[in-house]
Amino acid sequence: MPKTTPKTMFEKIWEQHVVSQEEGKPALLYIDLHLVHEVTSPQAFEGLRLAGRNVRRPDLIVAVADHDVPTTPRDTEVVIEDPIAKQQLAALSENTAHFGIELFDMYSPGQGIVHVIGPELGATQPGMTIVCGDSHTATHGAFGALAFGIGTSEIEHVLATQCLVQARPKTMEVRVTGELQPGVTAKDLILSIIGQIGVAGGTGHVIEYTGQAIRDLSMEGRMTVCNMSIEGGARAGMIAPDEKTYEYLRGRTRAPKGDAFDEAIKDWNELATDEGAEFDALVEIDASEIEPRVTWGTNPGHVATISGNVPSPEDFESPGDQENAARALEYMELKPGQRITDIAIDRVFIGSCTNGRLEDLRAAAAIAKGRKVAPGVRAMVVPGSTLTKKLAEEEGLDKILTDAGFEWRSAGCSMCLGMNPDILSPGERCASTSNRNFEGRQGRGGLTHLVSPEMAAAAAIEGHFVDVRDWEPVEA
Amino acid sequence: MDPLKKVSGVVAPLDRANVDTDQVIPKQFLKRIERTGFGQYAFFDWRYLEDGVPNPDFILNKAEYRGAPILAAGPNFGSGSSREHAPWALKEYGFMAIIAPSFGDIFRSNCFQNGMAPVVLSQAGVDTILAKALRNPGYRLTVDIVEKRVYDEEGFSESFEMEPFRLESLVEGLDDIGHTLQSVDTIAEFEQAHPARW
Ligand code: SF4
Repeated sequence: MPKTTPKTMFEKIWEQHVVSQEEGKPALLYIDLHLVHEVTSPQAFEGLRLAGRNVRRPDLIVAVADHDVPTTPRDTEVVIEDPIAKQQLAALSENTAHFGIELFDMYSPGQGIVHVIGPELGATQPGMTIVCGDSHTATHGAFGALAFGIGTSEIEHVLATQCLVQARPKTMEVRVTGELQPGVTAKDLILSIIGQIGVAGGTGHVIEYTGQAIRDLSMEGRMTVCNMSIEGGARAGMIAPDEKTYEYLRGRTRAPKGDAFDEAIKDWNELATDEGAEFDALVEIDASEIEPRVTWGTNPGHVATISGNVPSPEDFESPGDQENAARALEYMELKPGQRITDIAIDRVFIGSCTNGRLEDLRAAAAIAKGRKVAPGVRAMVVPGSTLTKKLAEEEGLDKILTDAGFEWRSAGCSMCLGMNPDILSPGERCASTSNRNFEGRQGRGGLTHLVSPEMAAAAAIEGHFVDVRDWEPVEA
Repeated sequence: MDPLKKVSGVVAPLDRANVDTDQVIPKQFLKRIERTGFGQYAFFDWRYLEDGVPNPDFILNKAEYRGAPILAAGPNFGSGSSREHAPWALKEYGFMAIIAPSFGDIFRSNCFQNGMAPVVLSQAGVDTILAKALRNPGYRLTVDIVEKRVYDEEGFSESFEMEPFRLESLVEGLDDIGHTLQSVDTIAEFEQAHPARW
């Protein structure tokens, strides 16, 4: 038998989904799962209606309200003050009802951030193509799926055809060798990777994360890593499925059941990149050298270590980067050389599709237990989904956190981008577990520092950034 | 969509790197459910001061650059969020072509979906254009999509790459969905051959 050419996981999934392709043209790619939320979909549904078109496969779509929803309690009717947010949520309800699409609205027990509920439902599975009108769709790649963000016109295209016209991207292997030190998390790892490749380093590529440190991560940690692939410019990030992946999925609502699950595992085991397969680019990184990270600037590549200092524009080589750094420092109201641990904060946000899962809330609670949020600091914990919230409450995490002075909120995107009422005021400085520290992202004039949940909780307690590796748990 | 073959006119210079889509259209304006009405909010946080007064220091507020159909910017323009509201805002503001050394992937694709041309020139080429447009407000360029070339009347000329299918859809003003729907049978066959598991 002729030997087949070794293939990467990306190539295998891609090839399994090409419906048709003409010479020299992009492929028509079949989409297995389409996730929809209220912000990027209304114009797509409107487009369908105007053209008199239908949704081809409503059964392959999951819709959820997450970006605009207030995080106040939902046991009674939630009043949405913002008339336009209200309209957008209403449009989602109406569009999904009209086209027969399942919707998890604000009051549904299955509600949550779109990238948290996909895996939680077991809808996200290895080998799938998954799209969503949201750049953090790469999160689902943690299960060995090809998952990427699309624009609204493309959403409309997928609604109408269940396919997407796509040119084949290049591939990049990010190989993480060694082990992460205690107190160093998946968040610190991905911030280090972005710091190394730069915010445009992955442009045009699909990243596959490999190596011991990746295998050692929990599914939550892998999702954190894949989630931020876009911050390195890559539309997708993926990790080969293994026992951890299967254990996570077993028994979930939408995962295959019984024998079908075992059959599925056989297929899923075939997905991993073959020995000898080639990537277009390779980046290597040693996990053991990574320290907890804190961003200092206005993009996720502006990253420092907790023991380090705020850089000076002169530390950068190109005039462009120097100017960019100078602008960022000015916006962030920071001085070159300032110690990271001397930066005082006003607000803390623990949540988002990057770090709003149960494991993240456990990590924050472990730091907060028996301690108190520093006077003058307002700290908010927003579970990534309503189910996450419930499970955390069953473990008593809410009690630990509220005893320490954290606010315990209802699920949604919240202060990750502040489309709901949770926003920073101008000049407020925030330690945030989200994924973007862009100017004004959390509120106009707001100053965002990206960190892990552990680091955010510790900053809440000390009122400034601290090295969590120095922390001992408080004995109960 | 209207075909786009050539864009000629004034260049607005935005000499910044990594302009992300949160800057192009801040999130408080993403709540509309139409495709229109975003132009007035383009670059909102830079364009307006706290009290809603236009920021006189922001380059695009200078009278000479008003109505420019071409935007020139630094590398990695349109990075970050997938929001198509960004190209909608830029197009409504008046830009039909954006020139930069590189673009965020999703943004670039979204531009094509809206009949706008994201044009990648060399860093040196973009630097030249930025410098000319800054020094000489009112400076004009032509972006010829069919010829894949950007030139001015003072001898500057640089060619660019664009995938043939992208170029074709711009120049012809094609509707992707209509095109794909011609293959419904092939899609149905694919679905039959690959039943979903759940
Ligand atoms: S949590 Fe933030 S990044 Fe994630 S989907 Fe919501 S807004 Fe986007």
